[in-house]
Amino acid sequence: MQIGKNTESLAVGCGAGFSGDRVDAPPAVVRTLIERGGPSAIIFEMLAERTLALAQLARKANPDLGYEVLLDMELRPILADCLANGITIVGNFGAANPRAAAQMILRLARELGLASPRIAVVEGDDLSSAEGRRLIRECLPGQFDDRRFVCANVYQGAFSIAAAIKAGAQVVVTGRVADPSLTLAPAIAHFGWRETDWDQLAGATMAGHLLECGAQVSGGYFADPGYKDVPGLEDVGFPIAEIAADGSCIVTKASATGGLVDARTVKEQLLYEIHDPAAYLTPDVVADITDAQVEELGPNTVRLSGVRGHPRTPTLKTNVFSDGGWIGEAEISYAGPGAEARARLAMDVLRKRLGRELELRFDLIGVCSVLGDDGNRLLAATAAGAATDVRLRVAAKHDDVSRIDRLLREVPALWTGGPAGGGGAKVSKRQRLSLQSCLVPRERVPASFSFIEQT
Amino acid sequence: MNQIEVPLREIAHARTGDKGNCTNIGLFAYDARHYDLLVEQVTVARVAAHFAYRRPTHVVRYLLPKLAAMNFVLDDVLDGGVNDSLNLDLHGKALSFHLLTMTVKVPAGTALRRAKKETR
Repeated sequence: MQIGKNTESLAVGCGAGFSGDRVDAPPAVVRTLIERGGPSAIIFEMLAERTLALAQLARKANPDLGYEVLLDMELRPILADCLANGITIVGNFGAANPRAAAQMILRLARELGLASPRIAVVEGDDLSSAEGRRLIRECLPGQFDDRRFVCANVYQGAFSIAAAIKAGAQVVVTGRVADPSLTLAPAIAHFGWRETDWDQLAGATMAGHLLECGAQVSGGYFADPGYKDVPGLEDVGFPIAEIAADGSCIVTKASATGGLVDARTVKEQLLYEIHDPAAYLTPDVVADITDAQVEELGPNTVRLSGVRGHPRTPTLKTNVFSDGGWIGEAEISYAGPGAEARARLAMDVLRKRLGRELELRFDLIGVCSVLGDDGNRLLAATAAGAATDVRLRVAAKHDDVSRIDRLLREVPALWTGGPAGGGGAKVSKRQRLSLQSCLVPRERVPASFSFIEQT
Repeated sequence: MNQIEVPLREIAHARTGDKGNCTNIGLFAYDARHYDLLVEQVTVARVAAHFAYRRPTHVVRYLLPKLAAMNFVLDDVLDGGVNDSLNLDLHGKALSFHLLTMTVKVPAGTALRRAKKETR
């Protein structure tokens, strides 16, 4: 990647949109970036809210872990090509342990026979220390329970990542940063934008927003047969944004892949997880898409322009996770004539046996399930019918695991003691992590980068 | 002019996103000429009523005429959100398709997505 004041556009590809995304997607993105030539980067966004809390728990169990578990599978096929072609890799795959992730990448490079890459880690997001907890307590007055505390991480922005790239990093490993900041950072390094170039920062932030969920802008999370058809969905190509010096971008996707980039896919993703379109808050800028325009330039080529930026806010968002007790769920199926009536009878049995000690959520899969609510209001309003393939699901949460274990015994007991023909009982439980969010003054939580040497 | 009543899905598409206990649903006219009709008929009051069983505490509609789109934000409809909800669909990803079942009145002869499918 070229650094400094450039007028040539920067191509940023997306290699992953969440932890668990398809690991066979990045090579086509990298091939396309190489064919295109010119400065480029690839980002990996792999850190949903809950993913980081689970990574913190993994690190507590083993201090060498707590980074993205798919990291080796993501980078092994592309690391050599990226390093050889100057494609900067930026990822929040450091999760709860960026230094361990950096060591893993150094080991991978050595194993592949590559010269040791310049790897930087960005830190400052983790507020789990005693000092961090004091700050959280200030920002969550009266609502913070130290005994249940699991972890806290603040959303950092793009400028520390950009500084690492300017200093020569070929790979930048982060923990919690705002998702679009992963894309904005190489653009800042490439174009030499300042912290007050609001319109440019906002434009590239929205480019990052379009990229951060992987295939969601290139035909994923979109197809509705007969209404919105997508070719080759089984091989959907991951997106690439060509960012211009004014912050506008052209969205495309990896060549020789399936999927679709058109005005509809881009508009849907532009508003994804947005509240007020005039004020999309990130650590770097307040982006305003009120007058944004989406324009099809050709097949799988869409331009986003007209994004405006306003000064960033003085605070950063912090997620605080606490021990939230347990969640248990169990399922059993009924099929054939009378299936719905038998499933409803099983539901009634569970309610009578457990309803006093647990608040139960029911689903009748095949009749009324995911559109329903935990209060069972939609289910109650759904008239009994004659569905012939119904899976009953029951779920509950409680601090006391013994009550959850009781729920998990009651559903398999329906095999022998419930309505006729019940089969396929499955049960599971998991620890619940409850989330509180707060705003902390940004000057109290500075981020910084450092280069990592092999240990 | 004669009008017919059709599900929103015939003239619009939608996508759900989640943040905490809130959902946002972007609603997009396939044909920008239908945008005014959507603005007139897919109101905050109707959307709040459509999702009443989820007890939204607040519903806001943002208009994006240049995209022929609207963005609805419904507060407190996700049973606590990803970390608290007992729903299989923790994120409420399916909710966009619930919105698309709302009906709207369109002029008879309007090009519908369903019709397009049948003529292929």
